[in-house]
Amino acid sequence: MDLFEYQARDLFESHQIPVLAGAVATTPEQAHAAATKIGGKVVVKAQVKVGGRGKAGGVKLAENADDAKTKAAAILGMDIKGHTVNKVMIAQAAPIDSEYYLAILLDRANRNFLVMASVAGGMEIEEVAHKTPEKLAKVGINPNIGIDKAKAVEIAKGGQFPADVIDQVADVLVKLWQAFIKEDATLMEINPLVKTSDGKVIALDGKVTLDDNSGFRHPEHEVLVDHESTNPLEKLAKEKDLNYVKLDGQVGIIGNGAGLVMSTLDVVAYAGEKYGVKPANFLDIGGGASAEVMANGLSIILGDSDVRSVFVNVFGGITACDAVANGIVQALDMLGSKATKPIVVRLDGNNVELGRKILNDANHPLVQQLETMDGAAAKAAELAAK
Amino acid sequence: MAIFVNENTKVIVQGMTGSEGTKHTKRMLKAGTKIVGGVTPGKGGQSVDMDGKLIPVFNSVAEAMSATGANASVVFVPPKFAKAAVIDAIDAAMPLVVVITEGIPVHDVAAFYAYSVSKGKTQILGPNCPGIISPGKTNLGIIPADITGAGKIGLVSKSGTLTYQMMFELRDFGFTTAVGIGGDPIIGTTHIDCLRAFQDDPETKAIVMIGEIGGDAEERAAQFIKEYVTKPVVGYVAGFTAPEGKTMGHAGAIVSGSSGTAAAKKEALEAVGVAVGKTPSETANLMRKILNG
Repeated sequence: MDLFEYQARDLFESHQIPVLAGAVATTPEQAHAAATKIGGKVVVKAQVKVGGRGKAGGVKLAENADDAKTKAAAILGMDIKGHTVNKVMIAQAAPIDSEYYLAILLDRANRNFLVMASVAGGMEIEEVAHKTPEKLAKVGINPNIGIDKAKAVEIAKGGQFPADVIDQVADVLVKLWQAFIKEDATLMEINPLVKTSDGKVIALDGKVTLDDNSGFRHPEHEVLVDHESTNPLEKLAKEKDLNYVKLDGQVGIIGNGAGLVMSTLDVVAYAGEKYGVKPANFLDIGGGASAEVMANGLSIILGDSDVRSVFVNVFGGITACDAVANGIVQALDMLGSKATKPIVVRLDGNNVELGRKILNDANHPLVQQLETMDGAAAKAAELAAK
Repeated sequence: MAIFVNENTKVIVQGMTGSEGTKHTKRMLKAGTKIVGGVTPGKGGQSVDMDGKLIPVFNSVAEAMSATGANASVVFVPPKFAKAAVIDAIDAAMPLVVVITEGIPVHDVAAFYAYSVSKGKTQILGPNCPGIISPGKTNLGIIPADITGAGKIGLVSKSGTLTYQMMFELRDFGFTTAVGIGGDPIIGTTHIDCLRAFQDDPETKAIVMIGEIGGDAEERAAQFIKEYVTKPVVGYVAGFTAPEGKTMGHAGAIVSGSSGTAAAKKEALEAVGVAVGKTPSETANLMRKILNG
C-alpha cells in the first residue's frame, strides 16, 4: 500500500523523524483552519499518489490563511495525471538552505535492503543518479544487522553530505531504518530532506510503501487505506477477499493464479484486437478456490456494466474444476434473470471431466465451454464485440 | 537426472498437521515422494495416518533430520509462523527448503534469506511458489503430478498455474524437472540458479523459462544465458497488456515505468537468442519446433 504524503509525514513524526507542522484538509474551509493553526506562510500541496504534481500546479505557496483557502479551492478537484485531488496538505513553509535525498527500499536484485543517500536532493534526483552517480551513495543493508549510528555516519559521508549536517542526517537515517522495520515498509523515501536556513535537518516530503503481507501484525495500518479513490467494484471485491483489478475493457476475466490470469489478459487482448475489445478486469480466484469464491467472483464481474462477455479460464492445480463449475452454476442460480452476459469457460487439470460434466448437465443458455485457452479467448472476444 | 531433487530425496513436511499440509502430504505421497516425517512444534511423538501410511511428527527440523535422514523440507506453515519454521530448518542445516506459503511479510523473507546465506548450508526455493517436480521421481509442493511425465525439457517459472499450463501444452514431451520459483519480491532460488542447473544436467535438452512483469530478474537471466547457457531456451513473459502501476496479485508483479515491462523482458531475452512466445501456446510451439529439429 502506498501512502499519501500527509500519512507519510504523520508516520515519520510518530517515529521521531523531524518534520514540519502539517495537516490534511478536504475543503477550503478546513485548509483555512489548518493554515490559521500553523500560522504564517504555508504550502498547499495536492495529495495524489503520482509524481509531477509540482509541475502540474498542485503545489502552491500561500501568504496567509485566506490565501491558503483560495489556493486550496483551486487545487481541490484538480486532475493530476488521471488522479483527482480529494485532499490537500497544509504544511508550514520553511526557508530552505539545501535539499538532500534519503531513502531505504527493498532491493529485489540483491535480496536485501538498500539505502540511497545524496547531498543533491530535490526534483532532479533521477538525473543525479544517472549523470553524477558519485553523488549518490547506494549501500546494501543486511536485514539481520541493520543500521546503527556508525553505519549511518559512514553512509552520510558516502553521500557527500557536508560536515555540519552529517550528525543530524545520520540520526534521521537511524530513525528511518527503525521506522522501516517497525512498520514493515518496502519503501521509505525522504525527498527532499532539507537543511533550513537555521541549520536544522527536516523531512519535507516523503513517500512510503507498506507491505500488504504484513497486515496481520499491523491492524493500525487499516486506517491508512484509501477507500475514497478505490473503484466501487474493487472495494466490493476486497470485502469478498478477491484479488480484483478493474481495467477499461469489455471482456470480464476470471482465472486461478496471478500468472495465468495475466496471461489470459494478454491472450484476450490479442484476440480482441480485430473486434476492438479488451479485458475488463483482472480477477484471480487463487489456489484451492471453493464454489463460493467462484460464485462471488462471477457476481462481481457480471455486475460490471462495462462487461459484455466473460471468460473463465481455470487450470486446476489445487483448485478443483468441479468446484469452479459448481460456483458458476450457483452464481447463475443466484443471479437468475439478472445474469444476461455470455460466459465462455475453459477448464483443464484437476477433476476436469467432472467439471465439464457439471456444466454440460446444467445446460445453462449463457454458458459455453471450449477446449483451449486460445479458442475460448477468441470466442469471448467475439461475443464482446456484438 | 533431475535438478535439485531426485527419487532418493527424503522429504519432511513442516506444517504437515495443518489442513493444507495434510492434504498436500497425501498428494505428494501418491506421486511417489519419499516423505519421511513432519514437523509441528509441540506435536512431536505423534504419527499421522496419510491414506494408510503412518508419518511420524517431530518438534523440530533437527530432530526430524537425525531420526529420518531427511535432506529436503516442504513448508506449509501459515505466514505468521513461516519465518520461525524456515529459521528452524536453516539452523538444522537442511539442504533444501521449499516454501509454499503465500503471503509471508517481505521483511521476514529478507531476514530468513540473509540468514540462509550467512549459514551457507541451505538452498531456499520460494516462498509463495508451487514447488518442484521431477515427474515420475518426486514432487515437493503442490504441482499436480499427473499433468505429464518424465522427458527432456527443463522448466523454470515464477507462476504456479502458468507452470501447469506450460506442462500441459508440452505434455507430449515431458520434463526432467519443473521448478516454480515464486513471484514474491525476494525469492531464494532464482531463474539463474535453475538455468545453471539445467545447463549442467545432461538429461535436459532444452529449457522453458516463464517470467512475469515486475523487477528485472528476466533481464539478469538473459545476461546469464548469454554467458553460460548453450542449450536452447524458449521464453514466455506474462503481462504484455497489463496497465502500468497496477498490482496484479503477486507482490512482485508491479510495473513501474518502462523497466520491468513484459516488452522490455522479451527484448532482453530475444537479444541473447531466446525465442519468446506471445502466448503460452505459441511458446509451446517454439519449443516443439526445437525438439522436433
